[in-house]
Amino acid sequence: MSVGITRRERAAWGFVAPALIAIAVFFAVPVFAALLLSLTDFDIYALADIGNVRFVGLQNYERLFGNPLFWGAMRNTGLFALLGVPLSIAASLAAAVILNARVVKWRALWRVMFFAPFVTTLVATAVLWNYLLHTKYGVINWAITSVGLPAVDWLGQPSTSIPAILMFVVWKTFGYNMLIFLAVLQTVPDDLYEAARIDGAGVWKQFRHVTLPAIAPTLLLVSIISVASFFQLFAEPYVMTQGGPAQSTVTVLYFMYEEGFKWWNLGSASAVAFVLFLCILAITLVQLAVAKRMGAYE
Amino acid sequence: MKLRAVLLNLGVAVIALIVLFPLAWMVSVSFMSTGEASTFPPPLLPRTFTLEHYRDLFVTQGMGRYMWNSLALATLATILALLFTVPAGYAFAKLAFRGRDRVFQILVGALVVPAQIGTLPLFLMLKSMGLVNTYAGALVPWLASIFGLFLVRQYALSIPDEMLEAARMDGASEGQIFRRIVLPALQPIIVTLALFVFLGSWNDFLWPLIVLTDQSNYTLPVALAALSREHVQDVEMMMAGAVITVAPVLILFLALQRYYIRGMLAGSVKG
Repeated sequence: MSVGITRRERAAWGFVAPALIAIAVFFAVPVFAALLLSLTDFDIYALADIGNVRFVGLQNYERLFGNPLFWGAMRNTGLFALLGVPLSIAASLAAAVILNARVVKWRALWRVMFFAPFVTTLVATAVLWNYLLHTKYGVINWAITSVGLPAVDWLGQPSTSIPAILMFVVWKTFGYNMLIFLAVLQTVPDDLYEAARIDGAGVWKQFRHVTLPAIAPTLLLVSIISVASFFQLFAEPYVMTQGGPAQSTVTVLYFMYEEGFKWWNLGSASAVAFVLFLCILAITLVQLAVAKRMGAYE
Repeated sequence: MKLRAVLLNLGVAVIALIVLFPLAWMVSVSFMSTGEASTFPPPLLPRTFTLEHYRDLFVTQGMGRYMWNSLALATLATILALLFTVPAGYAFAKLAFRGRDRVFQILVGALVVPAQIGTLPLFLMLKSMGLVNTYAGALVPWLASIFGLFLVRQYALSIPDEMLEAARMDGASEGQIFRRIVLPALQPIIVTLALFVFLGSWNDFLWPLIVLTDQSNYTLPVALAALSREHVQDVEMMMAGAVITVAPVLILFLALQRYYIRGMLAGSVKG
């Protein structure tokens, strides 16, 4: 018997080893190396000759925190998340609630249709939205001007560039959260709504007192995933605005990309990556703590 | 009650219009002749239907090459990801080995680390190995998918132990059990995972942008991004390029959406 167990254990290691080695070599090692890299002055000269690398301690971080461009990127990313997370959750929750109604026909078909933008290629749809948002010929301005409002230079001025990109992002991603909300909504027992109706609760009260408590844990999960994904915006500004106008759409990841692969300051770019990670981690922990607090009140 | 039904169905129709209109219009504009889309009010349908932009993209812009790169990379990424993650996911679910739970806990913890953090060292690593600007370099991140491993593990937990034990009693080796019993049982989740990796790799942008430095190695998204910087004015051609990039994944998704959605829900239930 003991022979059999060791044979099985050996087989098990044979099954997991390739994956674990791949994860270690191509994920874990680079992540730890990033921490080390962020403490060096690895730049284009070091790329030519590794002997040029020096350990500089926290200098990259110090310089980063003294760089207004970095703070601009932090501010923009914060704005994207602050506006985008509630907007996208509201959109997906609304879509899910509507789609969950028994009276809606062909629900399975709509579900797939609403989800479709999520699987489309980001770069391609960003190019598409550049056209939809075009100041002169875009359909969005056509809709706005046809109701008598003035045309908006969406991607051309700092005050509207973030809302414009957010429109695109919400369109593209709301189907993902919608699907998750739909799955949870289907687990809410009909009796609860029935009881609420008998108590005279209207649609809004039913939503507040039945739906919302039932989906609260999912809401938390979705908000955590959303925050992380809004902190990782990159291709949208890269394709649509190249960070402009007036740096208004430079996100942290965009800043990291330029720092690393345009200016070849890999040490400094690694520091950016780490700050980004710590921000995501901190916000996630705060979200979890808040959820725990609220859970205690239930 | 009747009014509510009408309103809800109307609401769905409005959402559908907002969601699908951009995609439909992208297709329509791609068939318009040059300059037609740059008029006001924006035309809904092409006055004369033309394929010139598609021809242009393939003949003069080398789109065939980029399409081939995307297709080859997404296919290889899918095959490699399956080879690496399916056996591991099964072993984590069904085979006892020392340290299994601890390793699994570490992997769960690693899920909160965004892959972008390691991007720069990974680039340096591949550069020293001479893999920058190669398919191999572009494929590397797809081997190590912790998410895929979880997906397979979750599904493999439902395989009955008696079935595996019975096969062992009959003298089957672990490899035989895996091939003859586990793989067929895991088939639905394998399709799901394959679809995830294929779409993920096809749609990926940041990593191919960094690692594929030579234009002839560009994938469709990277090529499209480069093209859009040079040809801002050629709206019709850009829409044709967007259609070529989006259509394959959209069709694949629509054909296999059941598997995709199942996997998404399985993945989201674990926090």
